[in-house]
Amino acid sequence: MDATLRSYIRKIKMDQIITTYCHLHDNRVIVNDRLIFYQENIVKFADLLKSVYKQEQITYPKFYKMDILSKLGFIAAELVLKDNKLEGYLPEDVGVVMSNSSSSLDTDIAHNETIRDRSSYFPSPSVFVYTLPNIVIGEVCIRHKIKGENAFLISETFSSNLLFSYVNELFANGRVKACLCGWVEVMGNTSDAMVALVENTGRDLQASVTGFKPLQFNVDNLNLIMTRN
Amino acid sequence: MEELIEKLKKEVIEQLNLEDITPDDINPDSPLFGEGLGLDSIDALELIVLLEKNYGIKIEDPKDGKKIFHSIRTMAEYIMEHKK
Repeated sequence: MDATLRSYIRKIKMDQIITTYCHLHDNRVIVNDRLIFYQENIVKFADLLKSVYKQEQITYPKFYKMDILSKLGFIAAELVLKDNKLEGYLPEDVGVVMSNSSSSLDTDIAHNETIRDRSSYFPSPSVFVYTLPNIVIGEVCIRHKIKGENAFLISETFSSNLLFSYVNELFANGRVKACLCGWVEVMGNTSDAMVALVENTGRDLQASVTGFKPLQFNVDNLNLIMTRN
Repeated sequence: MEELIEKLKKEVIEQLNLEDITPDDINPDSPLFGEGLGLDSIDALELIVLLEKNYGIKIEDPKDGKKIFHSIRTMAEYIMEHKK
């Protein structure tokens, strides 16, 4: 059997599903179709993230030191991976693929503020370390002991095609057995996050416990959960 | 000295975003790194910036950092000695 055919057979045998997802948008947080948090009159997005952190009784002091982009990705991943969802996977078999439009520009601007005035030149090391978009992936990986493939993709708007094709390829090539993927965008007052856990269908799935029917991992369903609010 | 220690506690909490910690939680003689407040290497850099920004003190030799930043009290003592 030639390599192309072997690859094709492997691809058609693969069937991935979204077992859990989270969408944070407009002062509300949805997990698997359920509204788990809503608060009116939140002026700063950081305050919303802090409220969710406290509501979910997360204890991870490093959270307070993160920039908004990392806090956003961290909270979304935390909600998706709750109840040991990665139990049974080797750290090397779990991937993380995130995407957004503004990269780390929001934090880049904050860093620039600390170095703009030459007479008051005090760059903050803790701000500077977040001037890359993939730091959010690092924070999630440290928290959940993930050591697999990772990538941060930039596109002008949310691209389910880009995300799907990249993650699908990772599964097809056997690089991951589970993958956290999504969109984590922060720029000024605009923020939006959607994070989904994609797994192979063969696994004993627990998602149905919450009443959520896992979704086929495809472009349409990525678009669907991105608009759930 | 005690006044400076209390001021430093507040500044360290603010600069390092130690959200769940109040000044009363910080023992001025406890180590800041390791078992104490559990600070990391980025926090150490922030403390260097804090000394320069708030007190005009520049640490020339990084090796001195270990001694200076051992605790809030050693920081206060260093500030008293070197404040311009």
